Amino acid sequence: MRVTQIDGPVATAEFDGITRRVRVDLLDGVRVGDYVLIHAGLAIAIVDDEEAKSTLALLRGVYDAAQ
Amino acid sequence: MRLSDEFRDPALVRDIAHRIQRFAGMQATIMEVCGTHTMAVARFGLKSLLPAGVSLISGPGCPVCVTDQRDIDRYLALGMQPGVTLACFGDMMRVPGSVTSLERLRAQGADVRVVYSPMDAVEIARAESQREVVFFGVGFETTMPAVALAIKVASDERIGNFSVYCAHKTLPAALGVLLSSDEINISGLLLPGHVTTIIGSGAYDFIADKIGVTCAVAGFEPVDILLAVEAILTRLEQATAAIDNAYPRAVRVEPNSRAAELIGEVFVTCDALWRGLGCIPGSGVALAPKYAAHDACERFAAGLADVPPPKPTTCRCGEVLRGLIRPFECPHFGRTCTPTAPVGPCMVSSEGACAAAHRYEGA
Repeated sequence: MRVTQIDGPVATAEFDGITRRVRVDLLDGVRVGDYVLIHAGLAIAIVDDEEAKSTLALLRGVYDAAQ
Repeated sequence: MRLSDEFRDPALVRDIAHRIQRFAGMQATIMEVCGTHTMAVARFGLKSLLPAGVSLISGPGCPVCVTDQRDIDRYLALGMQPGVTLACFGDMMRVPGSVTSLERLRAQGADVRVVYSPMDAVEIARAESQREVVFFGVGFETTMPAVALAIKVASDERIGNFSVYCAHKTLPAALGVLLSSDEINISGLLLPGHVTTIIGSGAYDFIADKIGVTCAVAGFEPVDILLAVEAILTRLEQATAAIDNAYPRAVRVEPNSRAAELIGEVFVTCDALWRGLGCIPGSGVALAPKYAAHDACERFAAGLADVPPPKPTTCRCGEVLRGLIRPFECPHFGRTCTPTAPVGPCMVSSEGACAAAHRYEGA
């Protein structure tokens, strides 16, 4: 889910039109716009966009080469 | 495309599935130890993409399923006491105890409430000070920080009528026991992505270094799972063992330090009883003495002392959890055990192997 607002230890996150309030106590330096993984009302990790994009680029590079 | 959709891209799935066909003929049994993986594998039909000779089986990765019957019966007994409000995650509701279930208790008038988060249970206690709210603490390391936080908030804000029946378990110790048994030959382990965001992939080093089994931490989309399978098969081909991180966008080698602090403050390590695996030393947690006031086992010690030991049943969940039998090999599966009338937890947990097989692989 994407963080849209942070208010101390509580953030608002949204995904697909669903909005949830979640605690972000575990995440140092979480910012509005970050994508986070949530479990039982607690954000447990920030999704590293750059890492994800580079994995996908690598996979697609291999895929394109295989075509 | 959104990021999560990209890791579901059928073109990428096809490509990886095609690539791993080069391992056809390698005899390998990979075990996944995460209920979310169990469901994702079944839902996306991933077993059909594996090369010949490679099989993927389910292990003790469903925290509801591995909760011992004794803990279920004791928690249910609390719900029969006047003034008690039981608060739990939804998929505990239909788990059969020796004499009843949370769903049946609620139908008979007990105050049982499903919550999404343990903090919701704290809020119930705050709003209804005349009720004794007892949360069922079930879950692995992914859930423990949320429960620890709830206990800390209740303690800091003096919400004295909130307690937790703690049945949390930690995975690495159980994996050690599973791999050292002679019952089954596991070539590689698919490790749980979200547990590992909390404990770090370094927590599993002993599995590769000392036990010699190769592992890969996996996310939950089809591409994630297949990449992890590919990593395991590659190591097997090279006859090496390592802890590969196939979920680098979320998982690091180090643990989440805030989670470690919270868990370290609120909980102490103890032995735990696992359905199917018996007592595993150091695989559980209990509330630290500082938080004893919020420990349901302390608060309700007198009532819990009277709960009889569980009755033996013909349930085979223990064998499913050890990977000894597949769901359809249980004589109850789909006949005497169904999601609406279960014999054991594997059929009703949202992460149970039998529930996954029943929903996605046909009864």
